[in-house]
Amino acid sequence: MQTTFIVAILVLGFLVTFQIAKASEYVAILRGEERSRKQTNKINGFLLLVFLIAGLIGVYYCNEQLKGKILGAPASDHGVLVDRMLYITLALTFIVFVITQVALFWFSYKYQESDNRKAYYYPHNNKLEVIWTVIPAITLTVLVGFGIFYWFKITGEAPKDAMQVEVVGSQFKWEFRYPGADKVLGKKYFKEINDAKNNPLGQLWDDPANHDDIYVSGEPMHLVVNKPVKLVIGAKDVIHDVGLAHFRMKMDAVPGTPTTMWFTPTKTTADMKKETKNPDFVYEISCDQMCGKGHWSMRGEIIVETQEEFDAWLAKKDPQYAKITPAKKVEPAKDSTTAPAVLKDSVIAQVIK
Amino acid sequence: MSEALSVHPEIVTTHDVHHDEHGGGHHKETFISKYIFSMDHKTIGKQFLITGIIWAIVGGLFSVLFRLQLGYPGQSFPILETFFGHWAKGGQIQPEFYYALVTMHGTVLVFFVLTAGLSGTFANILIPLQIGARDMASPMLNMLSYWFFFLASVIMMSSLFIQTGPASGGWTIYPPLSALGQASDGSKLGMDLWLVSMAMFIVSSLLGGLNYISTILNMRTKGMSMTRMPLTIWAMFFTAVLGVLSFPVLLSGAILLLFDRNLGTSFFLSDIVVNGEVLPNEGGSAILFQHLFWFLGHPEVYIILLPAMGMVSEIMSVNSRKPIFGYMAMLGSLFAIAILAFLVWAHHMFVTGLNPFLGSIFVLLTLLIAVPSAIKVFNWLTTLWRGNIRFTPAMLFAIGFVSLFISGGLTGIFLGNSTIDIHLHDTMFVVAHFHIVMGVASFFGMFAGVYHWFPKMFGRYLNNTLGYIHFWVTMVGAYLIFWPMHYEGLAGMPRRYLDKSGWVSFNQFGDLDKMITVVSIIVFAVQLMFVFNFFYSIFKGRKVTTQNPWGANTLEWTTPIRPGHGNWVGEIPEVHRWPYDYGKDGRDFIPQTEPIGANESKH
Repeated sequence: MQTTFIVAILVLGFLVTFQIAKASEYVAILRGEERSRKQTNKINGFLLLVFLIAGLIGVYYCNEQLKGKILGAPASDHGVLVDRMLYITLALTFIVFVITQVALFWFSYKYQESDNRKAYYYPHNNKLEVIWTVIPAITLTVLVGFGIFYWFKITGEAPKDAMQVEVVGSQFKWEFRYPGADKVLGKKYFKEINDAKNNPLGQLWDDPANHDDIYVSGEPMHLVVNKPVKLVIGAKDVIHDVGLAHFRMKMDAVPGTPTTMWFTPTKTTADMKKETKNPDFVYEISCDQMCGKGHWSMRGEIIVETQEEFDAWLAKKDPQYAKITPAKKVEPAKDSTTAPAVLKDSVIAQVIK
Repeated sequence: MSEALSVHPEIVTTHDVHHDEHGGGHHKETFISKYIFSMDHKTIGKQFLITGIIWAIVGGLFSVLFRLQLGYPGQSFPILETFFGHWAKGGQIQPEFYYALVTMHGTVLVFFVLTAGLSGTFANILIPLQIGARDMASPMLNMLSYWFFFLASVIMMSSLFIQTGPASGGWTIYPPLSALGQASDGSKLGMDLWLVSMAMFIVSSLLGGLNYISTILNMRTKGMSMTRMPLTIWAMFFTAVLGVLSFPVLLSGAILLLFDRNLGTSFFLSDIVVNGEVLPNEGGSAILFQHLFWFLGHPEVYIILLPAMGMVSEIMSVNSRKPIFGYMAMLGSLFAIAILAFLVWAHHMFVTGLNPFLGSIFVLLTLLIAVPSAIKVFNWLTTLWRGNIRFTPAMLFAIGFVSLFISGGLTGIFLGNSTIDIHLHDTMFVVAHFHIVMGVASFFGMFAGVYHWFPKMFGRYLNNTLGYIHFWVTMVGAYLIFWPMHYEGLAGMPRRYLDKSGWVSFNQFGDLDKMITVVSIIVFAVQLMFVFNFFYSIFKGRKVTTQNPWGANTLEWTTPIRPGHGNWVGEIPEVHRWPYDYGKDGRDFIPQTEPIGANESKH
């Protein structure tokens, strides 16, 4: 009913507009086309000026309304660089924006058609062209210079003492792995991935570096404040992206091609709760690369805490290898139940081949 | 050149001797040969335009549907279930449906509307008319170009109606998502249809592009040297070159993807476990596809934008009654943009794990594009300066184009800088940026073109009052929709999120999203009004009574009001000057066909 009503109003509004538009054409002919064209010209010239002024006020108003809703100060060292670059660019582009938009609409208004003026024949001026080639070129050189300087700082090698965490994306969840006491992530092979065999990441158990690796899923990733962290990023099925808005960091997770990024979190989750005055604050991992129907809900969390808190949390975790070893010992005894499973696997492998 | 010209007189005679004032062209023309399988470039242009309009309505409607979801997540619209069945169960847009909508919105508008509908239309209509040719170099290939586009349209349209739905991995169709039916319903049959349709589309685009290039190079009338061509033609020329060089790369990517999907190859696939199933593919690279895609994808945005720039330059000069400022600089900047367009594709891939050094090269090349863009903007501003401006609807859209190009171009400087792109990549900031600079701005160029050349196309005017309403609502609406959207991106809100209420970081923009949705519905309604105006005016619009209603210099206004096939009755006029002698020596305008006077000042 409501829909019909809305449609009826739209159709009616349209018909009225159309009739007015149609009538205005006849009126124009009655009053003399040239005269009414000139009047319309004046109205539109004036509207362009109104648009300029209202637009600039709108830009200011929009900023007042929304500036508090963007994420506040960055929570990582690299984030500070990203934000600084952003504000340098914002300052320069805003100046250009105002100058050019004002010129555009002001010229349009000022030089609207008038019987008293003849257009000025002004086909070219090489000096002007050179000026507005060189000035943008210099400005952009500055932006490129800063940009590349920060870019290399951010994407350079991670410090030696950085902790490593592996992040693996799959539809539509995040899984993590910590390297354990040896600080080395063990080797993986995707064909070993098997949830039923307690090997969700495809770790190769022949590699001793895997024996102390700790697998974490279904809970937040834990990081230590003021300690550089290098994320080793991968994906199982399609391309995902580890988006860390508060840290201003982002890196794709590509199946078959591991990627990395590193940064130093500078504020604990508790700090941020205070700073944002939001007791529910959490650092979130958002998937930033379209990955299927659950893309919009592919959410992970990060807790940034002190070293002591982190150590206490990690100490409670068992390496994934510990879950696999008893299973291996039991295997011969439970021959009757595991055999079909093994058979089934090999059949699948055959079919795939 | 001389050979091409010498052919003309013969054509003239065959056309003219039997001609009546309709100028209908060939005398044995039937309805089918005149309106359907027509080889007249003007009819083909109109076919492109009308097909483009139909696609624009479809693509625009899709955006209204997913804006409903974004503005009112969780709310039920029973009417949606009536129309879309299980795709909108309980009146709510399902995630699969949402992603199908955004994917098709992007595909349709980027390729079918703003490539075929824009350059297909105006390259066809304007190239022969403005360079003084009777038709395209090959009218037959030109006709095939349209019909391949039509075939592509039919295939793409049919994918909307299949059980598993159309492609839904985003218009960029990155594999592995687009390669694996197990990963998404949209990657089943819908994706194959998408790829086949795009292959047809590319054939169409190549046939058209080669034709435009050869026509411009070989079939200019006497006196029409390259530097006497209107900027529209230069823009169409560079557009065609870009398309011819870059579309084949997308074709190769599409074919390899078809192989990966159906023949078990591993070009883009490696190390994949999907829903617990281990796939055998090893050694492919998902990133390779992105290189192939963006090698077309970035030139593509200039394929969309350049024709708009060309038409805006022309319309702005005509309505300011002043020459375009810095013709050679405009031409040089078009050329620079066309070259740079091929050298910046990886700025779409800064966060894919690209080598940072390579990234820095692409930062440099990307920001370089701002220089020719700045030249163009300053030249447009100087063209307005001290003019005597007539605000026809076409002129307003041209001014609106410049405003949007400035706004959207400046935000490009943020995204082209890899440091900032780390934060803004794939957020709503990107969506706002490219919709302003490529979407709405190009649409403004297209509208400007339609309002300006409608009298030439149909011998009638569009209704002006509706035109002014169309402009003002669209202009205000475009800024209301996309300006605040930048802030969502600054907050890091990713694109393609259909409901943000579950997020702590991104749930603060609910009211803003509602506002944007309401405005986009209004803007869409006004576009429908334009479409109505368009079709109504073809039949009932005010008739054009003078040959040159805008007082323009270019050759298309020397043809009869309703030109037949062959364009000019009698000989093709000879050109004696550049097309921008407005306001020279105290004269309002001097057509290109007028010889240089004895006392005329030089420019």
